[in-house]
Amino acid sequence: MVANKTNPATEIDSVDPNELKAELVAKYPTKVGRKRAKQIVINRVDECGEVPEMGANARTIPGIITQRGCSYAGCKGVVLGPTRDIINLTHGPIGCGFYSWLTRRNQTRPDGPEDANFMTYCFSTDLQDEDIVFGGEKKLRQAIRELYENFKPKAIGIFSTCPVGLIGDDVHAVAREMKEELGINIFGFSCEGYKGVSQSAGHHIANNGLFNHVVGLDNTPKEGKFKINLLGEYNIGGDAFEIERILEEAGITLVTTFSGNSTYDKFANSHMADLNTVMCHRSINYVAEMMEKKYGIPWIKVNFIGAASTAKTLRKIANYFEDEELIERVEKTIAEEMVEVEKVRLEVKSRCEGKTAMLFVGGSRAHHYQDLFAEIGMKTVAAGYEFAHRDDYEGRTVLPNIKVDADSRNIEELHVEPDPERYSPRKSEEALERLKAKGFRFKDYDGMMPEMESGTLIVDDISQYESEKLIEKYKPDIFCAGIKEKYAIQKKGVPMKQLHSYDSGGPYAGFKGAINFWREIDRMVNSKVWSYLKAPWQESPELTATYAWE
Amino acid sequence: MLLRHTTKEIKERQALAVNPAKTCQPIGAMYAALGIHNCLPHSHGSQGCCAYHRSTLTRHYKEPVMAGSSSFTEGASVFGGQANLLQAIDTIFTVYDPDVIAVHTTCLSETIGDDIPQIAKKAEADGKIPAGKYVIHANTPSYVGTHVTGFATMTKAMVDYFAEANGHKVDQINIIPGYVEPSDMEEIKRIVTELGLRSVMFPDTSNVLNRPQTGRFDMFPKGGTTVEAIRSSGNSRATIALGRLASGPAARALDSKCKVGCEILELPIGLAATDVFVDTLRRIGGVSVPESINTERGRMLDIITDMHQYFYGKKVGLVGDPDQLISLTEFLVSIDMWPVYVVTGTKGKKFEARIKEITRDVPHEVKVAAGGDMFLFHQWIKNEPVDLMMGNTYLKYISRDEDIPLVRFGFPILDRVGHSYFPTVGYRGGMRLLEKILDALLDKKDKDAPEESFELVL
Repeated sequence: MVANKTNPATEIDSVDPNELKAELVAKYPTKVGRKRAKQIVINRVDECGEVPEMGANARTIPGIITQRGCSYAGCKGVVLGPTRDIINLTHGPIGCGFYSWLTRRNQTRPDGPEDANFMTYCFSTDLQDEDIVFGGEKKLRQAIRELYENFKPKAIGIFSTCPVGLIGDDVHAVAREMKEELGINIFGFSCEGYKGVSQSAGHHIANNGLFNHVVGLDNTPKEGKFKINLLGEYNIGGDAFEIERILEEAGITLVTTFSGNSTYDKFANSHMADLNTVMCHRSINYVAEMMEKKYGIPWIKVNFIGAASTAKTLRKIANYFEDEELIERVEKTIAEEMVEVEKVRLEVKSRCEGKTAMLFVGGSRAHHYQDLFAEIGMKTVAAGYEFAHRDDYEGRTVLPNIKVDADSRNIEELHVEPDPERYSPRKSEEALERLKAKGFRFKDYDGMMPEMESGTLIVDDISQYESEKLIEKYKPDIFCAGIKEKYAIQKKGVPMKQLHSYDSGGPYAGFKGAINFWREIDRMVNSKVWSYLKAPWQESPELTATYAWE
Repeated sequence: MLLRHTTKEIKERQALAVNPAKTCQPIGAMYAALGIHNCLPHSHGSQGCCAYHRSTLTRHYKEPVMAGSSSFTEGASVFGGQANLLQAIDTIFTVYDPDVIAVHTTCLSETIGDDIPQIAKKAEADGKIPAGKYVIHANTPSYVGTHVTGFATMTKAMVDYFAEANGHKVDQINIIPGYVEPSDMEEIKRIVTELGLRSVMFPDTSNVLNRPQTGRFDMFPKGGTTVEAIRSSGNSRATIALGRLASGPAARALDSKCKVGCEILELPIGLAATDVFVDTLRRIGGVSVPESINTERGRMLDIITDMHQYFYGKKVGLVGDPDQLISLTEFLVSIDMWPVYVVTGTKGKKFEARIKEITRDVPHEVKVAAGGDMFLFHQWIKNEPVDLMMGNTYLKYISRDEDIPLVRFGFPILDRVGHSYFPTVGYRGGMRLLEKILDALLDKKDKDAPEESFELVL
């Protein structure tokens, strides 16, 4: 029984990562093995913090049983999904819209009963074979008219699925035409499932669309002294609510989140913020970059996953604004929140210390959640992302060295210039220098690997086969991945926490989130349910005595 | 309100689907393929299709759902997916070693016109299909049919690829169970065995999607129909197909390919449909029905007679798949409930006609929509509410907004367990459905009753 083993250190230390890698690679056909070898790397952090090159954002090998999804999922499902008052119209056969309907557990809180919320609905053009043969533009136009007639939304986003790109429907032309006809904002996303190599392409496409069609439409100054946007937070299980609570407590004004608990109007006004804070670097760094270029809003990397990380993030935001009052209020917030956090942390730590975790998920979560585990004394023995790029592993310093391959080249890179009227650097050159001299860093994502121990195994786009092998070798106390992996892992007797949508529970962000997460992990790694796997007669099958029947 | 934009006023829609009562063909093909022993379903398209189908089936069953993808990129979409499928076949047989790879197509690979048999032939010529292993396929473009027809097409592919008649009849009956739960498949097999008959059932997802927790993960679990068994179906005495839409094509294919005669029945949900199933087994098998089955039937009937007062005249709204809805509607009518709204996303005039026929004596207008959606269903309810709804988990949003009890039935059920373990087919399944209906109705009655008429004994 692996879940309650007593001495994890010796078991992990007995695994030679080089041998394990060789074993993993050897299972594949030769060419496949060579490709996988680039994505299975043994971490080594040198004195300067340099790490080995990680193979990432490469094509998945057909048939390998990957965790990855598609561009449509990244665009419609992840980035645009959590906004409540934009109607998301899937242009394609019914499946794509159906599967992405309410399955990601994004929460939202409309301001009142009259406030729009379309997140509980699924809208699709439900293309049929005649539409594939004769083209789907006519049906798309009609569907948009019917949407307007029935729902009167402020904005409609059109999401292209695979066949739409192949039959050549021009969703952008239809969007422009219908925008003119109906007088509401309508925009298209060419996020066909075959674009790119994973969800990541869809994130980029979504970022471009939001930046082009929504951000900057409303110049009304937002009240508040310290105004920020939170980027790459999707309010799964209520994470954004907890972060909103903390920011309010600390006296920081949130203009919008991209895109947890968000609205169209908040996006339109988001360029009025004075700082962009980036949670999930992978899915949203493009918007941060483009807003900096066009409007002069600097961005910093933050992390609200983990109590210490949340405190660090708050301090970083306060330091950016260089305001004593804010710094003081932030410290007061942290001090108040940490009382309960520390109590729970120590209690849970006493039961979890020394246990081990593996995280193979997402494009930032496999990194962020290591903090939460570390805070209760649990070690991450192997990790990897599902759809990240090299910079998410090795840090943004590798960006100039990343070769752009054919799959990435197909995703449009917007050319952004400073806005002639609205570009206004939020910090003077002098202020920037002053901050930097104090050790403050902008656009500062160091990636996952520099923060992980040398000798740990990092696997990108892990396959079903590799997951099983890793579990057999390392015998972790908990495994974190997605819903498709969940029950195969649990059948092996290892508890599995789903870290895309959490399956149930949350929030796990911020201070209260940390408490929730630790309680959840405590429940999982210390549960007695894993001790029932063998029936008494399976534990000791030999007969020692028999009853004599009369 | 969760569905705050749903209005009473119904405006005609020609192009827009809102809250669909169906999903696409490939997921049905994947589910069917999981009912072959040692088989890995394979999705020939973008990764997203496979990821979505696996996720949805996983959430419905809380079980591992393994499948491969051809992982199309833009290049494959332009130049064709042959190289991807060849690579997939090689990778899958090398790493996972199934007996069968069951390929289904997607909207992407169908739009570009990939020829799966030709690619499979090439894989064979290249030596990528080991001896005694198979690659089978079903064409399941997502812009045709629904998840139900996808299931039917993959089930028919099992016949096309494997069934053989060698001239020596075997004393067994083929059962094609339809797009039902693993628990239902298990129950159907039990009934057949109870009658003393031997059968081959395919597909069979029992012990695949309701397997026990043992501390061991098997890539290919114990369940599923073996290739050998499917092959032998060509020599069986007869075929009983349950559900015209899901099982009809495979049954007819067996008839024309191997000259095995078939009876296409409605799914054995409820009293009358189960009676027909058992009686057909008796007739074809030349056996008499054992007392144990009579007892089961009698118990089910006992619940109906004992609790009839709570069923009588209750209006029910149903959303689901055609084969299920036909039998369910018949069942509800037979216990004097009024199925007043019946909605499926799968188009079909025969379906509408059959529902009209079953409900002709219901003393209330009955609205039927084949090719309808849950938005329309909700609008009907806004105009005239019902006492009970039966359908998949998505109905819980309507249930909460309108305060109407819901019995979860069909696909997908994402928020409760039970459907994979406890059947709704046969007499025992009927008893479970009756229990669920009564629980829902009586819980509501207990919750809403004024204190003075709140009752201990119901």
